[in-house]
Amino acid sequence: MADRKDEPLVLGIETSCDETGVGVVRGTTLLADAIASSVDEHARFGGVVPEVASRAHLEAMVPTIERALKEAGVSPKDLDGIAVTAGPGLAGALLVGVSAAKAYAYALGKPLYGVNHLASHICVDQLEHGPLPEPTMALLVSGGHSSLLLSSDITSDVRPMGATIDDAAGEAFDKIARVLNLGFPGGPVIDRYAREGDPKAIAFPRGLTGPRDPAYDFSFSGLKTAVARWIEAKRAAGEDVPVRDVSASFQEAVVDVLTRKAVRACKDEGVDHLMIGGGVAANSRLRALAQERCEAAGIRLRVPRPKLCTDNGAMVAALGAEMVARNRAPSDWDLSADSSLPVTDPHVPGQSHGNSHDHAHETGEGNLYA
Amino acid sequence: MLLLALDTATPAVTVALHDGTAVVAASAQVDARRHGELLLPAVDRVLAEAGTALDAVTGVVVGIGPGPYTGLRVGLMTADTFGLALGVPVYGVCTLDGLAYAAEVEETAGGGPFVVATDARRKEVYWARYSDSRTRVTEPSVDRPADIADQVAGLPAVGAGALLYPDTFPDAHAPEHVSAAALASLAAERLAAGVELPAPRPLYLRRPDAQVPKNYKVVTPK
Ligand SMILES: [Zn+2]
Repeated sequence: MADRKDEPLVLGIETSCDETGVGVVRGTTLLADAIASSVDEHARFGGVVPEVASRAHLEAMVPTIERALKEAGVSPKDLDGIAVTAGPGLAGALLVGVSAAKAYAYALGKPLYGVNHLASHICVDQLEHGPLPEPTMALLVSGGHSSLLLSSDITSDVRPMGATIDDAAGEAFDKIARVLNLGFPGGPVIDRYAREGDPKAIAFPRGLTGPRDPAYDFSFSGLKTAVARWIEAKRAAGEDVPVRDVSASFQEAVVDVLTRKAVRACKDEGVDHLMIGGGVAANSRLRALAQERCEAAGIRLRVPRPKLCTDNGAMVAALGAEMVARNRAPSDWDLSADSSLPVTDPHVPGQSHGNSHDHAHETGEGNLYA
Repeated sequence: MLLLALDTATPAVTVALHDGTAVVAASAQVDARRHGELLLPAVDRVLAEAGTALDAVTGVVVGIGPGPYTGLRVGLMTADTFGLALGVPVYGVCTLDGLAYAAEVEETAGGGPFVVATDARRKEVYWARYSDSRTRVTEPSVDRPADIADQVAGLPAVGAGALLYPDTFPDAHAPEHVSAAALASLAAERLAAGVELPAPRPLYLRRPDAQVPKNYKVVTPK
């Protein structure tokens, strides 16, 4: 550890959805990843209720910060910066985290970095597999997002290649789980049933995979409807619904499209690394199929452990540490929570520190195909 | 003693510093949608105006509402986190009590019993009755003005909620919003008197809007 002392020590706060996450990292080393989740309070509503999440963040924040510092064994005065998810996410939920981060940074006299949730999902892999290759192709899939992103420098250049045009992949899992009466959240339970089912039992549609369709965009709405109709037809005919086969075939349709498009994007852009993040990256079939297809294509796959794929504070700290390491401008004290922060803004630099955006752009374009 | 007081439970973003004897610096801005952006710069300004720094503060006082939740949480989260970082106590004060205290300062309530009402949106008010500017006699509640007309009849009232509904509150007066200066003075007075202040936990008074979904929507055409 002694030789790592010069790497930035950063605390990160994440509250964009229903997890109150506080992480501590030193450079690319994970020191603490404390989480308080309100998921149980949302279960009976079949989805995340923003006001319930925001109330839970307020209650959980201080204890979670304390837990993270204890786990990391560091003193707040030794921190080099405080990072926080500035967006995208649920507006009211983000605001709790941003308020806490600002107050903490101000009180400790540390720089504040408002960072992008999506870029954080990519950067977290540094804690697992070391510095990100440049460029990196990233497939981010969760209940809130499904995007294919290309980054040459995670602190300054994140370029959207494609995204879902309707539902997020995780949302489709939740909806099908609901049709099957399997509860919320749907991802883990469908994964479990699918392991005992036949993925080829039912040929569900692969959205946006026609020759004229956008190469890297996703659509899961048609699939969701097709699966629901298939189940309803069975029920209407008085037959049992084969939950295992439906789960396996539905899941296969999702991960087939995700991995096919991600690998294609890598090949088209000449990128030899693919990282997968977000809650759906915990899906065992997605991991297996991605591994298989990446190996066949000569692409190195990087997927962090499941706990780092779902929303957490360590990912925010990881990106914050990178911001410090690369001398990016801190945010101002009037930093806002921006529920629709564009994916192209890895962080929100303060006006008083000069606009680093032009500079960022220039670095990005220059390095991308180098 | 150096108390930092803040309140974001009404459209006002308000900060004050109190040395145990008097308010030494204060700030108030009214912008219901920018609590998150305005609060920290206001704290910074107030400290600078008083020529001091945050680590000189010995306690944090925060308005616990009732108030529209999103804004209310900004003040509470900020106060909680200051308390954690500085290792100082954080005291809660009911925002309506702060307004009642401010009413006396502005000498609008005339010394007798009165009502404080703030805007709870959705055509409702947060309100409570006071026998004088330091003594609340009802629990804070949230109601439609017409439903409480009997309970507030004949009493003068202060706050934006009163000014907004003249049918229920014909004798309505300023101040519209709470001020952290009043909140700080009230807290200093109570602390000096050995009164225990409530924990800095929000008074939401309403349950979150959330519906347990009925069965999923059938997609097969009938
Ligand atoms: Zn996420």
